[in-house]
Amino acid sequence: MEILLKNGLLPDGSVADIRIVGEFITEIGQELSSSGELINCAGLRILPGFVDLHTHLREPGRENAETVLTGSRAAIRGGFTAISPMANTSPVADSAGVVEQVWRLGREAGLCDVFPIGAVSEGLEGKKLSEMKAMADSAAKVRIFSDDGKCVSDSLLMRRALEYVKGFGGVIAQHAQDPRLTEGAQMNEGVVSAQLGLAGWPAIAEEAIIARDILLAHSLGSRLHICHLSTKGSVEIIRWAKAQGMQVTAEVTPHHLLLTDETARTYDPIYKVNPPLRTDEDVKALRAALADGTIDIVATDHAPHPAEDKDCEWAAAAFGMVGLETALGIVITTMIETGLMSWTRLIEVLSKNPAKIGGYTAHGLDLKKGSIANIAIVDPEKRWTVDRELLLSKSRNTPFHGFELTGDVIHTIFNGRLVMKNQNLIGAVHE
Amino acid sequence: MKHLLSIADLSEFEIVGILDTASELEKLTSGSVKKLPTLRGRTVVNLFFEDSTRTRLSFESAAKRLSADVTNFSAKGSSVSKGESLKDTAQTLEAMGADLIVIRHPASGAAKRLAESGWIESSVINAGDGTHEHPTQALLDAFTIRKHFGSTLTTFSGLKIAIVGDILHSRVARSNVLLLRKMGADVTLIAPPTLLPSTIDSWGVRSSYDFDENLEEFDVVMMLRVQLERMNDSFFPNGREYSKGYGLDGDRLKRLKSNAIVMHPGPMNRGLEISAASADSIRSVVIDQVSNGVVVRMAALYQLLGGPNISSTHETLGA
Repeated sequence: MEILLKNGLLPDGSVADIRIVGEFITEIGQELSSSGELINCAGLRILPGFVDLHTHLREPGRENAETVLTGSRAAIRGGFTAISPMANTSPVADSAGVVEQVWRLGREAGLCDVFPIGAVSEGLEGKKLSEMKAMADSAAKVRIFSDDGKCVSDSLLMRRALEYVKGFGGVIAQHAQDPRLTEGAQMNEGVVSAQLGLAGWPAIAEEAIIARDILLAHSLGSRLHICHLSTKGSVEIIRWAKAQGMQVTAEVTPHHLLLTDETARTYDPIYKVNPPLRTDEDVKALRAALADGTIDIVATDHAPHPAEDKDCEWAAAAFGMVGLETALGIVITTMIETGLMSWTRLIEVLSKNPAKIGGYTAHGLDLKKGSIANIAIVDPEKRWTVDRELLLSKSRNTPFHGFELTGDVIHTIFNGRLVMKNQNLIGAVHE
Repeated sequence: MKHLLSIADLSEFEIVGILDTASELEKLTSGSVKKLPTLRGRTVVNLFFEDSTRTRLSFESAAKRLSADVTNFSAKGSSVSKGESLKDTAQTLEAMGADLIVIRHPASGAAKRLAESGWIESSVINAGDGTHEHPTQALLDAFTIRKHFGSTLTTFSGLKIAIVGDILHSRVARSNVLLLRKMGADVTLIAPPTLLPSTIDSWGVRSSYDFDENLEEFDVVMMLRVQLERMNDSFFPNGREYSKGYGLDGDRLKRLKSNAIVMHPGPMNRGLEISAASADSIRSVVIDQVSNGVVVRMAALYQLLGGPNISSTHETLGA
């Protein structure tokens, strides 16, 4: 199987042809020819495939919302060639058995790499460490551990977890949310929550945990990753820590780069998400931090839910929104179109940095001879309108329905195989 | 007007319109015959997801005095714990012929969701949604203030009004702040810092932690019900301390202006936020609030169910 990408714009600014044979890029040059699959990439950007370190796939347990297969489809539609499903499935991914099951389902789907994240604590209960080494040693080779959805709030357990994963090069991805400060919380605490009478979720509940964990990790020489930063204060803490040379990485979601708590005025729980949408000031701080390197990566926190979990009153609704298929468009619209960030930086935050944090060695590679061909081919100028009915995810809970975005993924190549062509999925997909 | 969901949605003109309609309806029903035929054949459903005997009875009386049929549906607890969704419950009631749904629900925004999600066609009145709003309470409070200070007032400019108690969790306070500001009153919110939203400065009213400060200046003192369970969440240490700091006791009552009134949305915790002496004093208009509640809710039902304008009704009825 040979694929020839003709006349695409490469990250280094050159226009060239790329030959892919088997899994690998074998040649980059001018006016190459081939008898294999020819893809006209004129006007398109060839980027290393994106890597999402924060995905919810719902399998096992809630296959009515998403499966590994449907989530993989959504991923490659969004240009992601590797995704990392979080551990809050049912049963929880806190054992080698469950992470291997998810990993194997990913292999069977065969559309992208599915690298499971393991739970830090048994049952996500925050009491007892899960068998993290067994998960690390399993076929799934788990390196990222997180109780996402819940915070590892117990200081001692967090300390032990940070220390323990050093034994196998692991990293703890913290969902920073002080549980006592957010009991019953529904949305960002501020002007809007006070008017709407929705229980507030103070910024300090996130910032206090981040500050504690950075100091803990630093004292232990451990790796810490902070999930979905949402406040200006969190940004300032991370910026300070990095200035001190502390080992911490941080992510931001596309929705926190675009939406604010003003959306809650509709009381439409399509905007209900954890951490909550914050203020315009927070959005500006997050964008600046992503551009200047304080925030390392964009991660989707793709959180599919069936319709009935959102078709209700705010307090009864589930937290979360889908995001794999709109991530690139939102990053381009909020960061590139606004002039805040370059394409080089976009490649870092969507591909290179997450691959590095996860240790995903086949991803985030420079496009050069010998690299494994995990590639997203993007039309940077395309204006398109998000239509929730066209999502490949099993769920429809996008807050971006009707939004006009700039830039979209046109073709996706996974392990040298064309898995999406002209925005149509192709290849062997077993139901 | 299709729905009555929030005071925030109403203009000053619409507020005065409802109050004027209520005044007319009060005149028309003050004789021995208390009932008007206006809403004959229309069905009002009281959909109550929280216990509230007085508000439900008030809406029921209002609807019956306008000759509407009334169905009461009490579903205690949230839609989730009950197993049936709010959407399904509402669609079921509409299928049974509801023209207007009066909803009381523990979730903030529930009334707006019911009205604006495309689930049903009926009109919706918010009879209290979580800690958000209780618009008919604010309207009946305004009606009561108007009766006391001038029944044709179209502005409350010059009136100094204190709202005292658990502002943070009070839908009555939210609706009253919005309404009283629109009507030009000078509003002060008084509570311990734990029970005032941290962003209170954005509400465009005064706020104070000290009930005793400037007590002599208020024309209206509106006391809020304090939920004792707030103690368990450490909003204040205990009832005794709350009462000392923020209760309207006999000493504070004596300091009020001679023509000041004392209001309370009920039900009162006597001895906690209000002493028996204050509740039963000549300054107290608590009972008037209850009777005014019926006429104000009649006015709301009347406007939403598209009755003819009140003056033509007046002529029809007078003829």
